[in-house]
Amino acid sequence: MTEAWWWSYLVIAVAGFLATDIWRWLGVLTGNRLNEDSEALHWVRAVATALVMAVTAKLIVFPTGTLAGSPLWLRLAAAGLGFVAFLLSGQKVGVGVAVSMALLASGLWWLGF
Amino acid sequence: MSLDSDTRPASFWFYTGMKGITSLPALILMTSFVGFSAFALEAGISRGEAMFMTFGIWALPAQMILVGMMTTGAPLAACFLAVTLSSIRMMPMVASIVPEMRTRRTPTWLLLFASHFIAITAWVFALRTLRDVPREHRAVYFLGFGLTLTTINTGIVAICYGLVSQFPPLVAGTLFMLTPVYFVASIWATAHHSVVKLAFVVGIVGGPLMALVAPEFDVLYAGIGGGTAAYLVDRFYIRRRRRAGSAR
Repeated sequence: MTEAWWWSYLVIAVAGFLATDIWRWLGVLTGNRLNEDSEALHWVRAVATALVMAVTAKLIVFPTGTLAGSPLWLRLAAAGLGFVAFLLSGQKVGVGVAVSMALLASGLWWLGF
Repeated sequence: MSLDSDTRPASFWFYTGMKGITSLPALILMTSFVGFSAFALEAGISRGEAMFMTFGIWALPAQMILVGMMTTGAPLAACFLAVTLSSIRMMPMVASIVPEMRTRRTPTWLLLFASHFIAITAWVFALRTLRDVPREHRAVYFLGFGLTLTTINTGIVAICYGLVSQFPPLVAGTLFMLTPVYFVASIWATAHHSVVKLAFVVGIVGGPLMALVAPEFDVLYAGIGGGTAAYLVDRFYIRRRRRAGSAR
């Protein structure tokens, strides 16, 4: 890039900070009008949860970096069995995470990563 | 559980929020930012720029997109559009947490400031812990957590930039998976309403499916469309049936 050194900081401020925080500020202004346990808040919760889970599931199904070269069945099995362990343990988050990580790591090792 | 008033001062709750930095989600996020500093170096982003992005944007997907756009020399307007589309999810995330965080006296400027620190990790943390904090101190408590988490991760980028060029593949792959697996378990554990559990399932199936059908706007379709569908099914089927069941 041939521009002055501050140009990239301006790009980050406008196309990064502003582009992201606009939505956070709109969220505050909207959320300020919602009452707890109103129908509108139920809908907002549903949309927020579905959005976050869509992002999360994409990380598992279409990962970037090293995991992109690993088989889908291994990632799905590690995540799925970890979730089953989480449910069986009485919803202990640590158990779910540990089981998933152990399955994935041993699977990757077995496949020669 | 949650008290309406509390004798302990706001500073106590700010400090309690700060201590959240040692929680599992905070530690997982730190490993992600170690990964980001390696990615930024590889992409030719300077140390200062990577730090400014971390503190100023505070959303890893948006940061990755902006790094990608900047290295290809895309014009400012194109960068803005790509980042802002990826950040729309912030609005319902913030809007769903604000009613739990404020009282009638909480000033709006404080919520606007605190909202900058909401990203997926902090959102999950707030869902899990806000209920145990007296309502009048929740905004300050969250600020203690968010400000500390963001500052520490900016410091991690400063220190790890150029230090870690790459993890061994086995470690990198396992670390990458840590974040989504943690979200799956903890968001289910914090789902108190049937509509949230339904939206959870719809999102997890809809995200990857929509990525195949409409890769540009997949998350928006799965989120807004799927979330709305989950809400309607919950309101007009599940809750109605439950009411009918309890009336019997």
